[in-house]
Amino acid sequence: MTAAALNIPRKPSIPLSQYLVAGSVALFLLLFLVIPVATVIIVAFIDPRSGGFTLVNFADFVRNDLFRRSFGNSVYVAAMSVAWGTVFALPLAYITSRFQFRGAVLIQTLGVIPLIMPPFAGAVAMQLLFGRNGSFNLLLGDWFDINVPFMEGLNGVILLQAIHYFPFILLNVSAALANIDRAMEESAQNLGASGFRLFGKIVFPLAMPGYVAGASLVFIKVFDDLATPLLLNVKDMLAPQAYLRITSIGLSDPMGYVISVVLIAVSILAMWVATLATRGRDYATVQRGGGGLARRKMKGLDKLAAYGVVFLILALTLAPHAGLILLSLATVWSFSPLPDGFTMAHYGKVFAESPQFIWNTLLYATLAGVISVIIGAAIAWLVQRTTIPGRQMLDYLAMGALAVPGVVIGIGYLRTYYGVTLPSGQPLATFWFMIVIALAVRRLPYALRACTAGLQQVSPQLEEAAESLGATKARTVRKILLPLMAGGMLAGFVTAFATASVELSATMMLVQNTSDAPLAYGLYVYMQSPAGRGPGAALGMIAVVIVGLCTYLSHWLLARERSGATKH
Amino acid sequence: MAIEAATRAKAASVLVEDVNLSYGATHVLKSINLEVRPGEFFAFLGPSGCGKTTLLRLIAGFNVAQSGRVMVGGDDISGLPPWKRDVGMVFQSYALWPHMTVAKNVAFGLEERKLPKAEIDRRVKAALELVGLAHLAERRPSQLSGGQQQRVAVARTVVIEPKVLLLDEPLSNLDAKMRVQVRRELRDLQQRLGLTTIFVTHDQEEANTICDRIAVMNDGVIQQVGTPMELYERPANLFVAGFLGAANILEGDVRSHGGNRVFEIKGGTRLPIPKALPADPGARLVFRPQYAELNRAKAADDVDGLTGTVSHREFLGAAVRYSVALGTSEVTVEAPFRSGASLIEVGELVTVFLAPARMQFLAS
Repeated sequence: MTAAALNIPRKPSIPLSQYLVAGSVALFLLLFLVIPVATVIIVAFIDPRSGGFTLVNFADFVRNDLFRRSFGNSVYVAAMSVAWGTVFALPLAYITSRFQFRGAVLIQTLGVIPLIMPPFAGAVAMQLLFGRNGSFNLLLGDWFDINVPFMEGLNGVILLQAIHYFPFILLNVSAALANIDRAMEESAQNLGASGFRLFGKIVFPLAMPGYVAGASLVFIKVFDDLATPLLLNVKDMLAPQAYLRITSIGLSDPMGYVISVVLIAVSILAMWVATLATRGRDYATVQRGGGGLARRKMKGLDKLAAYGVVFLILALTLAPHAGLILLSLATVWSFSPLPDGFTMAHYGKVFAESPQFIWNTLLYATLAGVISVIIGAAIAWLVQRTTIPGRQMLDYLAMGALAVPGVVIGIGYLRTYYGVTLPSGQPLATFWFMIVIALAVRRLPYALRACTAGLQQVSPQLEEAAESLGATKARTVRKILLPLMAGGMLAGFVTAFATASVELSATMMLVQNTSDAPLAYGLYVYMQSPAGRGPGAALGMIAVVIVGLCTYLSHWLLARERSGATKH
Repeated sequence: MAIEAATRAKAASVLVEDVNLSYGATHVLKSINLEVRPGEFFAFLGPSGCGKTTLLRLIAGFNVAQSGRVMVGGDDISGLPPWKRDVGMVFQSYALWPHMTVAKNVAFGLEERKLPKAEIDRRVKAALELVGLAHLAERRPSQLSGGQQQRVAVARTVVIEPKVLLLDEPLSNLDAKMRVQVRRELRDLQQRLGLTTIFVTHDQEEANTICDRIAVMNDGVIQQVGTPMELYERPANLFVAGFLGAANILEGDVRSHGGNRVFEIKGGTRLPIPKALPADPGARLVFRPQYAELNRAKAADDVDGLTGTVSHREFLGAAVRYSVALGTSEVTVEAPFRSGASLIEVGELVTVFLAPARMQFLAS
């Protein structure tokens, strides 16, 4: 070799296989996320008659009384859900992380249970419990002759959403509280602060980033939700309006698209506000020594009050589950605090008449989980282990799915792929597999985060050791990386599976035929008639059991993973 | 036994020729030239960020240089991927795979080489016996102590009978007591295997105690290559002098005085420069604290010595360390402690005597 040849600058070359992986992922995101969403946005700005660019659709939106009211209602409901979610979450978070409290673990666990039931599943049950003629108001009427409108109109949506989503705030605030350096609190006490002043001036501000993260997530979820308002028959909100426009007037009506753009814009705005609010306030407060607040003993009245508060909140948040169980077992339940009698007939009816809801759900959620984990793992690997250009872009794109409401994905798929026909003559948009894809795209951000976390735990040195002992890149991935990431990927899959199995927003737009419909859609269909409530509740219970089992499984897997890393 | 014979036979030289490596605008390795002889225990020594680990990873194939080449046993391996290099590396974190048993970890490289099962079992057993861990073959890495993990990592690497063994700060994750024990074990093992070994460390004591030769690195440049004794006695520059052990480094000027060269230390004290000793203008006087002798001075104008006042005294056990103020400079002198001998007190006037052979002038 000559000296000249030696001095040619060498660059680490990127193997073809990496381009193939990146290309496939990019194509998937382009086809099923970027193009459908872009289509929705573009259509919103196009004049349906002339085909040119216009803002007239937005002007129509603003001029329309119904839309203005819907927008106001959606903002109001989302804001109030955050407010009530905060009322439920803060005492639980504070009491469990601040005091020596028997059952703190139980509260943290029970507090998360609402998450494992889709909010719409409990909607009808909650009306029977808290509605105008529900159990609670019947009792109140008998005893005090009053009637509280818990479930009237928007109140019902707010109550259900707050109950369902407050765990996001609870979990985030608890995590933030656990990260506060004990010395921060102790130095404030040393300088004379205590009680509510200590909490208000030191503890809560330090936990603020966690609170804002949880609260903004709740706001977005509630703002975008389609199924809960529909089940409560509340139509003057944005997501239901988009759905009704597309399904009743048709794909050519621009209003559905305009509403979609508004939904996306508000989601992004909420995320941006949350980022601004927490920027520069990343209080990485855990320092050497004890992390978390000092736990104190409670005595006497304090203890009684604390238990009272905790009991009340937990009772309320578990009410939809209790109601759903009762409803699924009730013969007749109307104008009485409790059902007249109990039966298993509703479960029998569900299994006899429409088992396809269950099988479809298992099939769709499994496929969606697998797809989202494969794509998620591929992106995580590209970002962390390769130098391929544009890898970060793939990560941003996949995470961008968080800002896209399910309704928008649904509308986007319909608009983009309705004209594409399968060999059978069926439009691609209504093919059942598109539901799977929509679920996979919606779950992708969560699967991606799980895979990224899983991969981050694998030190690159473990792979380099294999390479220096003679294993090629491909064999290193197979023998070292995949086995070590398996736990994280499995946890990602289970989470994706569980949440996909109760998702309804995108599904609602894409289901054309009840034989292709998953469980959540079946529940919606059943709940439309009073006679279907029992079987609908039975379906809801089946969903709760599926999701509950999955959640337990993923916790168990993660716990095993964690102990395996240290012990084994 | 098989391993010893095979590694001794395979021991290869390592030649690094004119290697340059940059990350973006940062020039990490600058014109590195180096030869490691077959069977030698060699160290890359330097402060963190000096490029020593980068150079090691370059030899292993995990970094790609912009220019230059790496030869092992006379073959250019610059273009080979890590898995074709036959260069074994023990990682700082050990990088034991947590999902495999100790035996599986050690067998990995042999399985990748598609050896027959019986042969793999035999060699895994031999390698584990070599490091004294045969009884822990079925354990998981996380069930082992730090020292045991380190030995598994070594066994996993030597079992493939590599041409070269690379050790990336292998002792840094052990406590002080284990470190001394394990470094002896490493040295013994290396001697038995006769394996060309390159050891990366920032700890000069580690390098001095177990290595045949050391390359001192700083700022991406090899400062000096030599045995530990050469580096200590004849450092090539101020960096090496200061990095390896304590050194007095005195600023001053080389002047002519009465026909002789003298070194005039800042503050005015003069010292004659021995005839044969090279001393460039602007050079600094370098000597080790124990190379000088301290005597009580009779008068302040003693010309042939460095005269000053004792400013601090520290008792170290085997020695007594004095700090002596020489004008605006300060030097440290260590004198052996003899029981019963009278010590010099702080504030006393002393002369520092330095034998001509112990002086060295280094360019700054």
